[in-house]
Amino acid sequence: MDEQWYDIIIVGGGPAGLSAAYSAWMQGAKKILVLERDREVGGILQQCIHNGFGLHHFKEELTGPGYAQRCYDLVKDKKEIEILVDTMVLNINNDKIVTAVSPKYGLIKIQGKTVILTMGCRERTRGAIRIPGYRPAGVFTAGAAQRMVNMEGYLPGKKIVILGSGDIGLIMARRMSLEGCKVQAVLEICPFSNGLTRNMVQCVYDYDIPLYLSHTITAIHGKDRVTGITAAKVDEHMKPISGTEFEIDCDTLLLSVGLIPENELSRELGLTMHPLTNGPIVDQHRETSIEGVFAAGNVVHVHDLVDFVSEEAEIAGKYAALKAMGKMEGNVTDVRVEAIDEVRTCVPQHIRIGKGETIRLFMRVRKPMKRVRLTVKSGVNMLFSKVLPIAKPSEMIAADIPAAKVNGHYTDWTVSVKEEEA
Amino acid sequence: MGIEMKQLNCINCPLGCLLMVELTDGKVTKVTGNTCPRGESYAYQEMTDPQRMLTSTIHIEGGALPLLPVVSQKTLPKDRILDCAAALRGITVTAPVKAGDVVVTNILGLGIDILASRDMDKRQ
Repeated sequence: MDEQWYDIIIVGGGPAGLSAAYSAWMQGAKKILVLERDREVGGILQQCIHNGFGLHHFKEELTGPGYAQRCYDLVKDKKEIEILVDTMVLNINNDKIVTAVSPKYGLIKIQGKTVILTMGCRERTRGAIRIPGYRPAGVFTAGAAQRMVNMEGYLPGKKIVILGSGDIGLIMARRMSLEGCKVQAVLEICPFSNGLTRNMVQCVYDYDIPLYLSHTITAIHGKDRVTGITAAKVDEHMKPISGTEFEIDCDTLLLSVGLIPENELSRELGLTMHPLTNGPIVDQHRETSIEGVFAAGNVVHVHDLVDFVSEEAEIAGKYAALKAMGKMEGNVTDVRVEAIDEVRTCVPQHIRIGKGETIRLFMRVRKPMKRVRLTVKSGVNMLFSKVLPIAKPSEMIAADIPAAKVNGHYTDWTVSVKEEEA
Repeated sequence: MGIEMKQLNCINCPLGCLLMVELTDGKVTKVTGNTCPRGESYAYQEMTDPQRMLTSTIHIEGGALPLLPVVSQKTLPKDRILDCAAALRGITVTAPVKAGDVVVTNILGLGIDILASRDMDKRQ
């Protein structure tokens, strides 16, 4: 850590940061720095000890720590890549000067020709969903409980209720059962599960855990420690229906109620943000609204598969390296990509069309649907059209627009999903 | 008994294909709805002898962290998963450990080893 400047400074050493570093190295970048605030790299994967990771990216089924290990093995011992752990980035400015603090080096200021933001996301908390009642001990986010159980070695409680059917909640339902705890119920406010189907099967059905769809919690009981909750059915506006309340006995409540991209640094830097993804707006190279600042992974939009996080980070790493080396293609036309109809979000939000390259779009839909048509148009020109048997908000959809279709289509693009008429 | 149809969700990958399984006298005779061959073999397996992977943690002495994440080398019988998880609660290994190292041989006599999911160095 003797240098003051780098080709690429990567903020966050999770799967996105490590994949971006490796990709930048592959591209020939000579001075790459990864800054990680935890005691080791790997990010949230280190506590996701279950398997199911890596089928796309490493063509092998891995556990979370196993996936992190693979990412780390690709970057460790490379003299061009420096990794600083226990290092918290405090600020990034317009000149790409990064201010960070670590116990080893104190306050440091370093400059990057480019910066890649890979800070990931964090969980929504009780405050975000406004459950009334006292504030007894025993209310945790599912991820906080996961870290306790899988990394620190203690159990948050014995009798568990889980609110929210996001993947972390489902995974924790199984994990707590394996550790001998009793999972009393999983409650989901939506009329459908928000996790992957495989997790519903392996984590909830396998353990005969009662799942209450269209239900929420209206009260948390207990003053010093949680003693139970009141659950209620909700109407189509997600408002609790009076008279449907019932009590569930528990000493612990785990919340799996969504993830928020962690963008304090991005906002302070002044990046243009997208109101629905809660992440910076990016082009197909994952360059943000500030030239030379790239972003990838859950900081851009929350993914359901780490494999796609790595893929996106490799794109960012590659183009950040090309930019740092002055090899980015110039003379491009900027085209907006707009999500319409049942598409809630689409990343990238704009593309820069130059010599032409295949462009992969990642989308999320608003509601679960069967038999939908996904179309991508530039004005009236159809660039892509495909029927999908199923579309769910919990599962990101990817579509590749071939280079031949990209070229010349400078009118703004629209990405649509609509239910096919029978 | 005749022909019976059952629905299953494949758990091999995040696609989670909805499988339609045709059972004739209790035996799988046809599988549809799968997008890859693994779906078909999953349906056969699930109907005859359901299997699951097991991931958990064990204690590690002198390690950089107090716990080591572990994974079964292959799937285990679904009805023995809880027994295996309970057996792992009593296990302690000593750092350092490399990813893939066998930490428990032949768990509960089921013929499957339990492996370390990651490297774990000694505490500095």
